[in-house]
Amino acid sequence: MTTANDDSFEALYERLQAVTARLEEGNLPLEESVTLYEEGMVLAQRCQALLATVEQRIETLREQYEDGFSR
Amino acid sequence: MPPEVYPVSQVTRYLRELLENNRHLTEVWVAGEISNLTRASSGHIYFTLKDERGALRCAFFRNRNIGQRMPLAEGLSVVVYGSLSLYEQRGDLSFVVDFVQPEGTGSLAAEFERLRDRFEAEGLFALERKRALPAFPQRVGVVTSSTGAVWHDICDVLGRRWPLATLVLQPTPVQGEGASPSIAEAIRSVVQHNVDLVIVARGGGSAEDLWAFNEEPVIRAIFGCPVPVVSAVGHETDNTLADLVADVRAPTPSAAAELVAPDRAAVGRHVSVLQTQITVTTTRNMARASEGVEAQQRHLVRALPAVDALQQRVRERGLAMTRAVRAHRDHAVIGVASQQARVAALSPLATLERGYALVVREDGSVATSATALAGGERVSLRLRDGSRDARIEGLL
Repeated sequence: MTTANDDSFEALYERLQAVTARLEEGNLPLEESVTLYEEGMVLAQRCQALLATVEQRIETLREQYEDGFSR
Repeated sequence: MPPEVYPVSQVTRYLRELLENNRHLTEVWVAGEISNLTRASSGHIYFTLKDERGALRCAFFRNRNIGQRMPLAEGLSVVVYGSLSLYEQRGDLSFVVDFVQPEGTGSLAAEFERLRDRFEAEGLFALERKRALPAFPQRVGVVTSSTGAVWHDICDVLGRRWPLATLVLQPTPVQGEGASPSIAEAIRSVVQHNVDLVIVARGGGSAEDLWAFNEEPVIRAIFGCPVPVVSAVGHETDNTLADLVADVRAPTPSAAAELVAPDRAAVGRHVSVLQTQITVTTTRNMARASEGVEAQQRHLVRALPAVDALQQRVRERGLAMTRAVRAHRDHAVIGVASQQARVAALSPLATLERGYALVVREDGSVATSATALAGGERVSLRLRDGSRDARIEGLL
């Protein structure tokens, strides 16, 4: 099973949602909210860049039972 | 050599082993009519299965009959599934029943029912063990035939909706002899390749074509799969046990591909919404902060009337001082003027104005006494409008 690394879409998207929630929540020092905003914009751009992926990757494994039970 | 003599128990044991190892007498379907039905207090059910020419004693033990759906009754025509055995202590031949179906059910349907009941009793279909699919799969395992429309459809749909995911195809035959263990092995193989979920798929076909997806190897492999499994076998109207054991059942392979990943266009729109949201929020926060600064400023101004008063006082003082200074200066000027007038009045020049003259000696001093002047001394007479040289006469 793959674990979402920091560059996966899921990780970026979750972080973007967390940043949005934190900003919406308010009560942030202005400087922190500007830093979060900048991070959010970078995350959003990286998400959009990933979503622009057009090439689908396919891996084909060898058939298991080509000659009886051998690989 | 005398003939060998066997103890009874050895013969009965041999007979039992013979029966239980005969594949024509084990795990078979037998059709007949129920008679001599008895229910023991232990929960075991005994009956005789018979037709016009034969009869077979049947034992339907409690641990097997507990999941029995169809009620048993005298004279009922049924098909039973089980294995022949021998009750050694009495030498009775006995058909040990696993499952009873009403007669008239097709053998495939009856087998389907039997397997379904058995797996269900084991908890393989329990809803509480169904797992949710990952929101954004990175690697999707696909177990299906590499030929045919199914694989093509899955690639097509996922390529359009979510090309971020890598597809890992484990090809396998999906029908015919050996299909079920092959599919099972394919499931176990594909999960070795870091997939987030597995789609087990097959296109439409007859009940016989889809049969591998009801068989134990596939059911066990799906049940034992460490990641969620989406089943997509045949069309929407086809039901297989693979559908029941899978975490998610998709009506068709294309639908499975739609189920496992979001549409990137929709996700992109949501990212844009979030982008707008944080921009609006941050702009608002900044506006609020600057309003705060302004309010503070106003507050400060309001909070400093004392300063104002001080300034006023300073200003007033200043004015007073200025006035005082000016008055003083004016006064001084007036004073100076009068002094000047007085000085002017005392000036010898003013006297000259009146027709007097000054006698200025050669050393520049003014002669104030006649005795100081000697005869023949040269002096200068200074009058109102100029000077004239002169010589002192007499006294020589």
